Amino acid sequence: MTPASAVSAASGDPASWTPLLEEAAREVFDLMLSSSLTRSAKADQEVPGVTAMVGLAGRLCGLLSIRCSRKTAALMASKMLAMEMSEADDEVFDAFGEVGNMVAGNFKNKVPGLGDGCMLSVPTVVTGTDYSLHSTTAVPAIELHLLFENLLVSIALQISE
Amino acid sequence: MNSISALIVDDSSVMRKIVERSLRQAGMDLKQVLEAANGAEALGILNDNLVDIILCDINMPVMDGLEFIKQLPTVVNAKGVPVIMITTEGSEAHVVQAISAGARGYIRKPFTAEQVKEQILPILAGKP
Repeated sequence: MTPASAVSAASGDPASWTPLLEEAAREVFDLMLSSSLTRSAKADQEVPGVTAMVGLAGRLCGLLSIRCSRKTAALMASKMLAMEMSEADDEVFDAFGEVGNMVAGNFKNKVPGLGDGCMLSVPTVVTGTDYSLHSTTAVPAIELHLLFENLLVSIALQISE
Repeated sequence: MNSISALIVDDSSVMRKIVERSLRQAGMDLKQVLEAANGAEALGILNDNLVDIILCDINMPVMDGLEFIKQLPTVVNAKGVPVIMITTEGSEAHVVQAISAGARGYIRKPFTAEQVKEQILPILAGKP
């Protein structure tokens, strides 16, 4: 596994990646959901009920996760498919996983040196709240709290050392 | 433009729907849209169907998009059918890999209907 320090030497300091992660998320929501994300000061507005996770491996190893409520994920599916929320219900997890996939892909393509040297896993979607993510690294995650249609969406990038 | 048949290959049913919608928004008259969840499924569909264009993801289980393109020449029905990759893997190396394998175009996710139109119309019009 390539240490985060090697990636930072080639691609800039991971601490400076927050704006790139935010830009990546904003572009996905803008182009695929026709929605603008805004910054949220609060991280505890709603209890997240759904988490999409995409693994990164190669020059950067880590995990990108997106968390929100089930209702928020349903609204994302509805917006992506241009359908009523009730019609899009069967597609909620697939749509949410794809949002995670696109944010992760868009992010890595924005970091110099990562596009070619980092692979993405297929997305995994976890439902429920009674779980914990345990990282093998002491590197703190890059975290963003954004509002989508006034509903909280939290995005975290946990980098492995 | 005449109406066309398209094969959309993506493991996400949501993305398949979005790609189809983008094709319609781009002004394409679709007489038939076939869907596959991976490259192996797509090869099976092409054994029994003729299409005018294939839009294909790269990262898929069972058979990924690059392997699918490599195997396309073995399918008689797919001869000369243009393949456009639609994927989050937007690096230069991936583009080169896809084009070398036979893809005619490359669209990065996230995308707009306009980008789909810009990529596909010249190819369907027979321009290189």
